[in-house]
This record gives sequence, structure tokens and C-alpha cells, in this order.
Amino acid sequence: MKSGSNLEKVLTAGHFAVTGECGPPRSADDQVIRKKAQYLIGNVDSVNMTDNQTSVVRMSSLAGSLILQQEGLEANMQMVCRDRNRIAIQSDILGAYALGIRNLLCLSGDHQKFGDHPASKNVFDLDSMQLIQTVAMMRDERKLWSGQEMEEGTEPRLFIGAAVNPFADPFEFRVHRLAKKVAAGVDFVQTQCIYNMPKFKEYMKQAHDMGLTEKVHILAGITPMKSLGMARYMKNFVPGMDVPDEVIDRIKGVEKKGQAKAGLELAREQIQELREIPGVAGVHLMLIEWEERMPELVKEAGLLPRPVV
Amino acid sequence: MIIAERKPIEEILAMVQDFKKILVVGCKGCVTVCNAGGVKEVGILASILRLAREKEDNPLTVDEHTLERQCDPEYIDQLDGLMSGYDAVLSMACSIGPQYIAARFPEARVFPALNTCFMGGALEHGVWAEFCQACGDCKIHLFGGLCPIARCSKSLLNGPCGGSSGGKCEIHKEVDCVWHLIVEKLMAQGKLDQLLEIRPLKDWSSSRDGGPRKIVREDLKI
Repeated sequence: MKSGSNLEKVLTAGHFAVTGECGPPRSADDQVIRKKAQYLIGNVDSVNMTDNQTSVVRMSSLAGSLILQQEGLEANMQMVCRDRNRIAIQSDILGAYALGIRNLLCLSGDHQKFGDHPASKNVFDLDSMQLIQTVAMMRDERKLWSGQEMEEGTEPRLFIGAAVNPFADPFEFRVHRLAKKVAAGVDFVQTQCIYNMPKFKEYMKQAHDMGLTEKVHILAGITPMKSLGMARYMKNFVPGMDVPDEVIDRIKGVEKKGQAKAGLELAREQIQELREIPGVAGVHLMLIEWEERMPELVKEAGLLPRPVV
Repeated sequence: MIIAERKPIEEILAMVQDFKKILVVGCKGCVTVCNAGGVKEVGILASILRLAREKEDNPLTVDEHTLERQCDPEYIDQLDGLMSGYDAVLSMACSIGPQYIAARFPEARVFPALNTCFMGGALEHGVWAEFCQACGDCKIHLFGGLCPIARCSKSLLNGPCGGSSGGKCEIHKEVDCVWHLIVEKLMAQGKLDQLLEIRPLKDWSSSRDGGPRKIVREDLKI
């Protein structure tokens, strides 16, 4: 075991993993997270805690992760390169592990232009690839970039995650970027929300043919559509998102009151389809501000009970 | 070259509102080439200022002078004897110019009329783009001759992020994703393998992060 995290145990035992996601509040209100946690307990193996996603200031991902863990969930702490240099990154990794974090998701981070502080300075001292390398070096070589060594047993033993987007351009390079993340030392990846299933299958075939599915656990990203408005927004305004017309048409074909239900049905079908794809090790369910529907989704998708390992 | 653009006229008018007589100083270097602060632009700005102040019934005397360059002490020296009698100097060079004038003439009130924007080149007549961030350690040959430090919004060294869409950057549909261009270029050259190697952490100490920079060429010193 690299980290001994629940997510690592579930994946290593060969179970089909389920991860969830939780966005921290734009305040110091811990109750927001505790309330969301109740919908996730027993339904997922680990929960991503986002790091100032879309560059909007929120409670820190470390604090949010610890609150989740107090509630009995296992956190998958997200960390972006946008806001910290290599000094802060290594320092936060050490602190997070010391406080009980066992999974770390390494991201470049959305550009601050999208957020509520477009006038801020960004950092990007490292990119996500180098962040993966950093965590792997700290864990496996017990070293910091300075060359400073850590005594055996004092290194941060984290399960290393990353994000991949098979739908961003240029498509030809996407699988190579996954290969680079594997070479950098990633243990698992979570994909961007999948709506274009044929394209995802093509990506998985490429990954499989390159032997990558043997080396990394790939969790397929699912975000159920709440409404036609959301589907159209995802299609037209979220960079790197690929929403085919069939998905829009399917939600459009249902009266407004039934659109949420149709979105969840579609997500369930997608989960079934994903389970059949060689190399898909689990699903990452991103119910954006819709956590209360998680129990119903995982139950009806046949993902319960979650394994105890 | 250095690309600059004139500040909004309201901002310049506010800078000089308390003055009666000013000198506008242009530069025949980069800012002439990018049509921001050469002889012609000095003339235009001077006219605008005079007219605006006449309209307010508060006339402003504006004299014009353009130097060969404002980033070289020997040309700044040419302002000797020209500076007396002015309430202020408005420099139309990149920000190096007003700093040189202010240093050479400690008593003078010096104002920048331009915003210094970036190091770049012309794409077409009237359009300029950023190409370099002066990191002090050029590696563009590893990226098909394109710079990901200056031209990727996140300065990524290991490939396009998940926000690259249709060849455009996630920050704006008018901004090219340089990583898309890099991948296409190296694919066309059959050298995609160059991008499969993980690029190590960059040493930013030669960049601005290492503190203000200076080059000393002993062979050229007199």
C-alpha cells in the first residue's frame, strides 16, 4: 500500500470505486460541509474537496477536507498550482498529511479570470504534471525539492490523483498527457464529465492499447443534468466540455418538471455503460450543489453497498 | 520589441490638470514602431491636450520633442537646457523613458503617457501580440519554436490543460491555445515524442522572480 487510504484499498482490491465531490462554502460555515456530508456517507468511497474551484474564494480545501473526515468520510483533497509556489505546495502537502489527509488530487487550476478575483496575480510555479512529481518524490524518495530528506516514517504517504479531460483539444494528445501523468507518478485519475460516450470509448481504447489502464486507476466522471438550462450551459459555456446534441434533445424532450429525473436516469445509464468499458476502475460522481440526490443515484445505479476493506 | 499603448486621455488630462505649461517627449524606438509614442503620436496628444484645455477655458501650453531613444543616458542628456520653464514632462516612451528622465532631472515632475504592455510583435497592421516574458532562459526550441511561458495563460510546460477547446484558450475565444499550436506543429514535423518527456520544474531565478535583473558586459565597458 502506498497510502493505505480507503480509496486505494477499494481500487487495489478490484472493486468498482465511487467517489463524490463537495464544494466548500464561501464563508467559514462548517455546517454547509457537515450537511452535504450526510448525503455522501455510506454512498461513496472518498470525497473530493475542491480548491477554490473556478477561482472563486471559498473555505480552503484542507479545512474542508478535515471537516469531511470529522464526519466520517474520507477526503480526496484537491490542490491547484494557481495559488501557491513550490514552497507553499510542499509545505501544504506536509501539513495535510500530518492532519490525516491520505488522497491528494493534483491540478493546474482554473485561470483566475473566471473567478471573483480577476485582478489577482497567479502563480503557476509548477504545472499539474510537476505537482504529481512533487508528491511522488516526497512520498517515494522522502525528499523535498531542496534535497532535504525526511526520516523514514515521516514522509507524506499520499495516494496521488489527477484530472484528465478526454474531451479537450487537441484530442490526439490527450492520451499522451495521461501517459505523462502516469510517468510522473499518478495513482488514479478522474475524468472530466462524460457526455460523449463514443469519444470516451475511443480514448479508453487508446489508453488500454498503450498499457495505461494497467498502471493507473481511471475513474469516469459523471455529472447528471439538473435541467435543460444546465445542459445548454455546459455545452456552450464550460471550456473543454463536450455535450452532444442527443443529450440536449433527450432533456429537451421532457417537460420541465421531469428534467431532473431524466438527467438522473441518463446518469444511471451512463454508469452502466461505463462499467462495461475495459479499464474503467470506477466513477467520479460530481453532483454540483445537488448532493441530496446522491443516495438515490448510487442506489438505483446498483453501486451499493460500498465495500468495506 | 516593447509594445505600449497610450493611456486614456481622461487619465492624462487628470495628471496635468494643475499645470500651465508642459513638455511632451516622444521616443523613436519601439513605441514609434508600434505607433504609440513617436513624433506623430506626440503631435496628436499635444493637440488633444491643448484643445481639451481650451474648451475648459484653462489653456495649456504644450511643447513637443522626440528623442532618438529614452532608454539611453546619452539621448536623455539632449533634454539638457530644454527642461526649464515647464511645470511637468509627459513621456511617451515605455516606462523606462519617464524613469530615465526623472532620474536625470530630479526636480522635474515626470508623468507616463503610455502603458507599457508587453514584449511582442505585430500580427497585422494595428494588431500586436505578446511573445516573450523575458524569463531569462529561453527554451522555445523544445516547443516547436513557440513559447509556453509567455503564450500559455498558465505557463504550462507539459501540455495543454483541460480548458483547450477548438484551438482556443479557456480564458478567451480570441486567445489561441499555444499548446494546441505546439502539438500541431510537432505532429506535422513527426516529432511529437519531444512532448512526451516530462519537462522539469523551471528555474525562475533568471526571471523577474529572482529580483531586478542586470547584465554587465565587461568587454563593452569603457
